[in-house]
Amino acid sequence: MSEIFTTDVLTALLAGGILAGVPLLFAALGEMVAERAGVLNIGLEGYMLMGAYVGFVTAYHTNTFLGFLGGAAAGAAVSLIMVVLCIRLGLDQIVVGIAITLAAEGATALIFDSQFAESRPTLGATERIDIPGLSQIPVVGGGDTSDGSVFSQPPIVYIGLAIVVGTAWTMRRTHWGLNIRAAGDKPSALDAAGVSVLGTRTWATLFCGAMAGMGGAYLSITAAGLFEDFITQGRGFIAIVLAMLARGKGAWVLIGAFVFGISLSISDALQIAGVDISTDLVFMLPFVTVIAVLVVFGRRSYLPAALALPYVRGAR
Amino acid sequence: MTGTTDTAGHDAAAAPAAVELRGITKAFPGVLANDHIDLALRPGEVHCLLGENGAGKSTLMSILSGMVQPDEGDILMDGAPVRIDSPKRAIEMGIGMVYQHTTLVPTLSVLDNLMMGSSRAFRLDEAGSRERLAEVAAMLGVDVDPDAETQSLALGQQQQVEIIKALWRGSKVLILDEPTSMLTPQGVVELAKAVERLKGHGLGVVLITHKLHEATSMGDRVTVLKQGRVVGRLAPHELAGRSHQELQDVIVGMMFGEQVAPAPELVELQEHVEPARARRDLPEEPLLTVDALEVGAKGGEMGLRGVSLAVRPGEILGIAGVDGNGQRELAEAIAGQRPATAGDIRFRGVSIARLSVWQRERLGLRYVSDDRMGEGTVAALPVGLNLVLKRIGQAPFWRRGSIRHAEVERNAREKIAEFAIRTPGSGTRVGTLSGGNIQKVVLARELSNDPKLVVYNKPTYGLDIVTTRMVRERIEALAAEGVSALVISTDLDELVALCDRIAVISRGRIAGVIENGAGAEQRVGELMVGGHAEVVR
Repeated sequence: MSEIFTTDVLTALLAGGILAGVPLLFAALGEMVAERAGVLNIGLEGYMLMGAYVGFVTAYHTNTFLGFLGGAAAGAAVSLIMVVLCIRLGLDQIVVGIAITLAAEGATALIFDSQFAESRPTLGATERIDIPGLSQIPVVGGGDTSDGSVFSQPPIVYIGLAIVVGTAWTMRRTHWGLNIRAAGDKPSALDAAGVSVLGTRTWATLFCGAMAGMGGAYLSITAAGLFEDFITQGRGFIAIVLAMLARGKGAWVLIGAFVFGISLSISDALQIAGVDISTDLVFMLPFVTVIAVLVVFGRRSYLPAALALPYVRGAR
Repeated sequence: MTGTTDTAGHDAAAAPAAVELRGITKAFPGVLANDHIDLALRPGEVHCLLGENGAGKSTLMSILSGMVQPDEGDILMDGAPVRIDSPKRAIEMGIGMVYQHTTLVPTLSVLDNLMMGSSRAFRLDEAGSRERLAEVAAMLGVDVDPDAETQSLALGQQQQVEIIKALWRGSKVLILDEPTSMLTPQGVVELAKAVERLKGHGLGVVLITHKLHEATSMGDRVTVLKQGRVVGRLAPHELAGRSHQELQDVIVGMMFGEQVAPAPELVELQEHVEPARARRDLPEEPLLTVDALEVGAKGGEMGLRGVSLAVRPGEILGIAGVDGNGQRELAEAIAGQRPATAGDIRFRGVSIARLSVWQRERLGLRYVSDDRMGEGTVAALPVGLNLVLKRIGQAPFWRRGSIRHAEVERNAREKIAEFAIRTPGSGTRVGTLSGGNIQKVVLARELSNDPKLVVYNKPTYGLDIVTTRMVRERIEALAAEGVSALVISTDLDELVALCDRIAVISRGRIAGVIENGAGAEQRVGELMVGGHAEVVR
């Protein structure tokens, strides 16, 4: 048993966990903020898909950095549908969310096929930054391996971590954060305090869209280096589960994203370890993990009282 | 009308108004909620706004706090006309509002609740807010833990936080909407003290209430509303030097006009602490026995711990206590809607603790829920169907699985007439009726088909005086026929008026049972507080 856990295997496990976990991290972080504000983004998958597509195309024509910005902008643009239909007009968030996911799936596939019919372009590997000194540590360093590890990652990963910290701080220490926490639990109280509920929810949702779009862009630009139909493969939905289990805590989003990242990428590590398991079983793992986590921690999940309920002043 | 002034109450001696409403009119579809109302609020004065439900008190205050816009009329602050187009604007202008329903975010701390919307700065100013909290709390004469989660506070404390919140940004006028409805008698005394202190700080306080004795004891000035209009005013010099009794007679005269001077209505309104019920001879053998009943606490509820009670045939047993001390758990455990974890419930000599809701209903046990629009009725279904909701599948309304509309219709017409339900017809959806009429639908259903014991959970909560009286008379009439009642209420006056005995529930336990009679209200109040003290120790 012990020879399975060689340096190579552990490094591959960590690298894979990060590679697959970062898109989840972005999307779940955005969704956590939106949920605290009372908006359930079932369309998270749709935001990610649009982010993946626009991010890839932008990166293909310009550079990686603009690619991520483009992905974030595209995600935010799609979440604008949610803002207009659900927050402003009070339509059902679940119905609109499903529609957004389905529409984004169709639209990205269609546009991509019409644009790059046969060529199927790919991007080169994204450049990594080695943290001086730390990247030389075995297993977590990853400076000399092909896939990197904790201290040898593309800049976007470090930016993502900074955003997690910044978001947690904003939620706890600023008026924006306080407004968001109140908007999901008791919007009427926020309204009575003279803060716009619709405004607070709008910004939270746009942030969610931008984060999910960035996560999608990471999938196509960094993780795969290409775009394909339904590239997100249900990661948006996993991110929704993560956001619910995180109970509004940024640290839990981080841990959850990493755990799911490992379960999504474990096949590589198993290959290196020489373990031979049917790939069908391995592909099931993330979803088995979701079920297992829900069974164990399901009661812990915390949903704000006014989640998915449109706010109408004066109605109780 | 004696003792009233016919203008907006402008008397020369009084201080100039901080806020003045002139000719405020607001119509909602089908209702004229406010009809040319004039009102002047002065600094250092408690202005009581009296009226039944639907008199327009809440609409008027919603206009003042920016939640609702008037169709007509002007609002003047320090003599200059202003527009209050949002709650934010109202706060900026120094109008603080304490709503009847809580506006605190339950999952946030006291400090977070107070900081919400309090400044335009990006960062929260925690240190400054703690100072401000200490300052306002001292002004009120209360002590509040800034880091406590608000849902963990008792209702009285939550209300103190609400008042602090309303005063947070330096209000000139504080509006309290039915502030005593959830408080213990002792809590009311504390509130009165706090209001007195605020008056001393030069604040104008508006006290909205439908209890006459509160208006006459706490108010410096009284305005009586009825059907959206001002029907009477009492200036300070008219209030001073008159007994409560006299004042109440005057106010009741204003509320009901010249044509009515009916004795029962006066008795009802004056809320005398008199044993309203003569002692009756009841059979000793209890109809319902609750024996060491335990119910698990869930989701922030209290649960029940070792509750024992007995209700005799024809007896009305009251359950007094501050809301959320286990009342709902008790009612639902008896009705069969939640399982008992230990103990027994015996009804008509048999143990019913394991029987289903439906089986208990067949035995003659009924439950009038306080959630009349949620679990009491199906809002989207017509009145007629709601009246047979608990008899689905049974004759004569169903035969071989199919509904017999003629029977349902006949039953509906009968009940609508018997209970004076005001509805356009039996086909009207229940959700469109007023609260009072929805309650009548629930009562009509629960009290038909031979009840033996009825559990009433807050049966008159939120109802107007006429419906309240009808409900109470119905409970008494049934008791006279031998149908027992378990009346759960937070309104002590109601229990004193109705019950043979009153049990006090506190933190999931029965703190004591009192024979109704002289001084009962006092002793119930003591038990309500004693229960709290016991837990603190």
